[in-house]
Amino acid sequence: MQRAVPRSLASLDSWSRGSSALHRFDPRAKLIALLALLVAVATANRSIPRFALAVLLFLVAGFLWARLPVAGALARAAVILPFVAVLAAVLWIGGQGERAWALAAKSYLSALAALLAMATTPLPRLLGGFEKLGAPRFLLEVAQFLYRYLFLLPEEAQRMRQAAAARSMRPGIREGFRAAAGALAVLFARSYARAGAIHHAMLARGFNGRFPEMQTAHFRKADAVFAVVASAVPWGLRLL
Amino acid sequence: MTACPLIQVRGLHYSYEDGTAALQGVDFRLDPGESVALLGPNGSGKTTFILHLNGLLAGKGAIEICGMKPDKANLPAIRRKVGVIFQDSDSQLFMPTVLEDVSFGPRNLGLEPKAAAGRALAALEAVGIAELRNRAPYHLSAGEKKRAAIAGVLAMEPEILVLDEPTTFLDPPAQRSLAALLSRLPQSKLVVTHTVAFAEAVCTRAVFFERGRIVAEGGVTEIAARFGWAFE
Repeated sequence: MQRAVPRSLASLDSWSRGSSALHRFDPRAKLIALLALLVAVATANRSIPRFALAVLLFLVAGFLWARLPVAGALARAAVILPFVAVLAAVLWIGGQGERAWALAAKSYLSALAALLAMATTPLPRLLGGFEKLGAPRFLLEVAQFLYRYLFLLPEEAQRMRQAAAARSMRPGIREGFRAAAGALAVLFARSYARAGAIHHAMLARGFNGRFPEMQTAHFRKADAVFAVVASAVPWGLRLL
Repeated sequence: MTACPLIQVRGLHYSYEDGTAALQGVDFRLDPGESVALLGPNGSGKTTFILHLNGLLAGKGAIEICGMKPDKANLPAIRRKVGVIFQDSDSQLFMPTVLEDVSFGPRNLGLEPKAAAGRALAALEAVGIAELRNRAPYHLSAGEKKRAAIAGVLAMEPEILVLDEPTTFLDPPAQRSLAALLSRLPQSKLVVTHTVAFAEAVCTRAVFFERGRIVAEGGVTEIAARFGWAFE
C-alpha cells in the first residue's frame, strides 16, 4: 500500500534522529538560540536585504553542520509563504513594497530557523526542553498528540479516498463538494474513534495523564557555550 | 483448579450508552497456566468483556483480578498484571520509535529511563525484533507492528496476556510465527480470535460467546466443531 504519511512530515521525523553535534546539544540550548534569532529577525528594521541574506547563510550553515539536505530544508520552509502572501500583497498594493518584502523574508527566515530546531531535535526531546523552560505541560501534551494524529489523519483519509476510488467515484464539481463534505464528517468520526482506541491502549499501559520523559537531559558547559554563541550571532549580524 | 484464580468474573452485565446490551451475565474463571480462546460471532461481547479485565470499561457484576477488585486504587496494579494487546496495532503504537513505545509502559511504572529502555530491549528481543528498535512504528509491516505491540505489553511484565484478534492483518506465515511466539511465553493468555487453527495452537481451552453470554466451554476443537466454527 502506498504510504499515506506526508513525505515532509516523515522526513522531518527522520532528520531529527541524526547524530551530528547540532543534534546532540540540549534542546534548551537550541530553543534559547531559536528565540534569540526570532526576536532579532522580528525586530530588525534597517538594511533588511543584507541582514536577511546573512541570517539565511547562518541557517544554511546550521543545516550543513547537521548534515541535512539544504535544498529540501529551504523548500519545506517555504510552506509559510502562502500564509503571509495575502498580507504582503496588501502592503504591496498599498505602495509599501519594501515592507512587503521584509515581511516575506522575516517570515521565511523564522520558519527556516524553527525547522532547523525541529530537524535536529526529536519532538519528545524538543517538548521536554520546552517543559524545562517553563512551558505549560498541558499545551505540550496537546502538541505531542497533535503530532501523532498528523500521521494518523492522512492514513484514514487515504483509506477513504481509496475506497471511494475503488467504487469508481468520478463526481462532477457539485457532487464532488457534497462527497467531500460527507467524507470530512466521516473522517472526523473515524479519527475520533481512533483517538479513543489510542487512549484506551495508553491507559492499558499505565498512562496516568503525564507523558514520561524518555531521556534525562543534562545541560552541559558545551550546551551553554552553544546557546550563547548561537544567540549572539544573529544580533551581531544586525550590526553589519 | 487452584484456590486462587487469576481472573474471576461473576454475573457481568454491560450496556453501551445507546442502550445496546453487550454483556448479559458473563461468568468466567482463568487459572494460572491456562490459555483460553474466546470464540463467538462478531458483536457477541468478546471485546467488551476483555476491556473489563483491566478497568477500561466498568459494568455491573463481580470482577476479581488476582484477588483485586478493579476499583480506582487497584487499577495501577491490575494494569500491571493484565497486559492487553489490541486488535489494531496502529492504535497501540503511538511513540516516535519502537524502543520509546515499548519503554512507555515501564516509564509509567516509575522506572528510570535507562532501566525502562533495558526492559524494553529485553522485551523486543523476546519477540525477535530488537533490530527494529530505532525505527518509526508506521514504517513496520503488520507482523512487525504486532510484535512491537506485544513487546510493549511484555515490558510491563504482566501475569496475564489478553489478545484481541491478534491474527488480523497477518498473513499465514506471520500467524504461525505469532502462535509459536505466544506458545513460548509463560504467561496465562486470553485470546479473542476467529481463527480456530490459531486458537488450537495457542490455547488449552475455549469458551463460546453468544449475545453477551458465555454459552459453552471445553476443548478448542470440540467447541469449534459444536458451533460449526472451523472454516471447511
